[in-house]
Amino acid sequence: MVSASTSTTSSAQPMAANAWITEFLERLPAPSGDLEAVQWRGREALARQPLPSRRNEDWRFTDLGSLKALDPALLAQVEATEGTDPAAIPIADSADALPAPAAGTMRLRLDGRHDPLAGQTLPAGLTRLSGEELQQALGHTLARCGCEQHWPVEFNQASASHCLALRVSGSVAETLELVATASGESALLPIRVLLLLEEKASLKVLQVQLGSGSSLSSLVVEMHLGREAEVQHGLLAFGEGEACLLAHLAVEQEIESRFHSVVASRGWALARFEPRITQVEGAAHTDLKAIQVAQDHQLVDGHSRVEFLGPDGSLEQLHKAIVDGHGHSVFDGAVSVPRRAQRTNANQMSRNLLLSDQARIDTKPELEIVADDVRCTHGATVSRLQHDQLFYLQSRGIDAATASRLLKRGFCQEVLVDLPAAAASWQPLQRLLAEV
Amino acid sequence: MPPKRWPFSLFLPRFPVISPDADLLLEIVDLHARVEDQPILKGVNLTIRAGEIHAVMGRNGSGKSTLSKVLAGHPSYTVTAGSVRYRGQDLLELDPEQRARIGLFLGFQYPIEIPGVSNLEFLRVATNARRSELAKEDLDPFAFEDLVRERLEVVQMNPSFLERSVNEGFSGGEKKRNEILQMALLEPVVAILDETDSGLDIDALRIVAGGVNQLATADNATLLITHYQRLLDVITPDYVHVMAAGRILRTGGKELALELEERGYDWVDQELAVLEVA
Repeated sequence: MVSASTSTTSSAQPMAANAWITEFLERLPAPSGDLEAVQWRGREALARQPLPSRRNEDWRFTDLGSLKALDPALLAQVEATEGTDPAAIPIADSADALPAPAAGTMRLRLDGRHDPLAGQTLPAGLTRLSGEELQQALGHTLARCGCEQHWPVEFNQASASHCLALRVSGSVAETLELVATASGESALLPIRVLLLLEEKASLKVLQVQLGSGSSLSSLVVEMHLGREAEVQHGLLAFGEGEACLLAHLAVEQEIESRFHSVVASRGWALARFEPRITQVEGAAHTDLKAIQVAQDHQLVDGHSRVEFLGPDGSLEQLHKAIVDGHGHSVFDGAVSVPRRAQRTNANQMSRNLLLSDQARIDTKPELEIVADDVRCTHGATVSRLQHDQLFYLQSRGIDAATASRLLKRGFCQEVLVDLPAAAASWQPLQRLLAEV
Repeated sequence: MPPKRWPFSLFLPRFPVISPDADLLLEIVDLHARVEDQPILKGVNLTIRAGEIHAVMGRNGSGKSTLSKVLAGHPSYTVTAGSVRYRGQDLLELDPEQRARIGLFLGFQYPIEIPGVSNLEFLRVATNARRSELAKEDLDPFAFEDLVRERLEVVQMNPSFLERSVNEGFSGGEKKRNEILQMALLEPVVAILDETDSGLDIDALRIVAGGVNQLATADNATLLITHYQRLLDVITPDYVHVMAAGRILRTGGKELALELEERGYDWVDQELAVLEVA
């Protein structure tokens, strides 16, 4: 059973999981708008499964204390700032202005309530889905990836009242940049995105999630890649304070499509990332890279699943973590290769830097292989900074602190190098290593 | 752009510049060292003056590489007795980076790969660390790129190696050339090259040895650690030392290396046995 935890409600009494979710659901505004049916569905689901239990294997390492410390009554006030211009929402992690969008970038600010496309002219190749198309397509990829009933998805569905839904045709020259900033006390920012790529379409999309205060960001992204479509996806997730993030990415790939994703995360009290990829007929290529940094008492929790439902698919996955202080990093990466997925080529590696005696890393790369003609590898390493690398740098006159910094930068760069070019203006490396 | 300092062509033999009055650069006296509980060095004595090239030869396990690592300050080795003075200064009390900054250079037998750290950035940070010791101003990325491109010629390296991660995916020869490139940038006073010839084909050996020859001047010194005469065919040593069981058993001129090539190391074992009986 999930144990009771301290809550920041006005009564300051410990609140059980059931009471926490009940209060949240009771205080939510009535379902309405395009997502009304989805909201009903999410709320009914949450009423049945209040909060994930650590008895569930997927949540075994996940301490939800940071989430339950948020005030459910305040979280439920998702409409509280109705009417605020999204451009005027405070920036989560700094008093400075957001960096200017890189050249060739279309920036949209997402606040979960307003239409980010209002007054915008979309680049050639991007069109908004009609209400009818949205109803037909929404949730399809989640179901295909088997995650439509996952708790973070249901939580998002219960609260999100808007979805950015786009069709992608042909090769889109501009990078689509989606920026969401959450701040304030127990403020909830639910973001829902749906991208449908037609045959041979290509898109670069950069998501930036910033969180501060004791906010909770809930992100659910669905992407459908048609035949020979290609997506270069980046997610920069930077939090501070007590901010929490639940990020769920479901991707459906048809034959000869290519999906590349890079996730960089730091600073959340609790962050959970759940990429779920399904190659519906195999013969597609998936690249997943991630770097997550945890320090203090932060928990960063990565759970990926890649499923090959046909032959000749390929996967290259590199998951990295740097953990310091009392931080805790989790990686649970499943790769499913059923009998019909012959000649699959899947490589998965988890590399972790453990920088303090109090920090903790749990990593579980996992291959589920039934097909007999496959080439699949996986592995995991947990280490301190390598002494031989440190000595090599020091033997060139570089002091120990600078040598450590260079090694950490190098560790991150192996992942960041594949971010969409537009990410550079956000200084991802400097943010990851708290150099800004 | 600074003028080129290399007066000799790549393969020209070096002219001997040794002099008994030259500056004393490195003085090793009765050096003992161990790794964990295993004693490796058991009383090494060696004196190196400016302008000299020394070669240390010996079988695997004789202590050659340990000597180089102890001099560079590798943390896995503990000095248990003896002293090392570098230009009169106690070398052993300095951190590895301080030793490098004042002009000691170790060319690694197995250069370390550092994924994600660009070779160019690494070389610039290292060069500026050495320059700050010499009271020279830091080079910005543009000025450094001019310098490094000029020094690339010493080892005939393609500039594309600068953009790659340090030593990652380099062939054995490329790694060794990268070591000599670092030497060309850091301009050490005493360079210790640990089996720089291992794993090199004959062309790569000539390029690496040519680089070492170009960098040798009357003001610096080189300590070559090697198994084979073939390196000494292209870099002529002033002194050859034979190491066995953690000490220098015999010292001679370049002809000693030829003798080793001809007779092998069996006679060393016999001399060692006599010494141990005594």
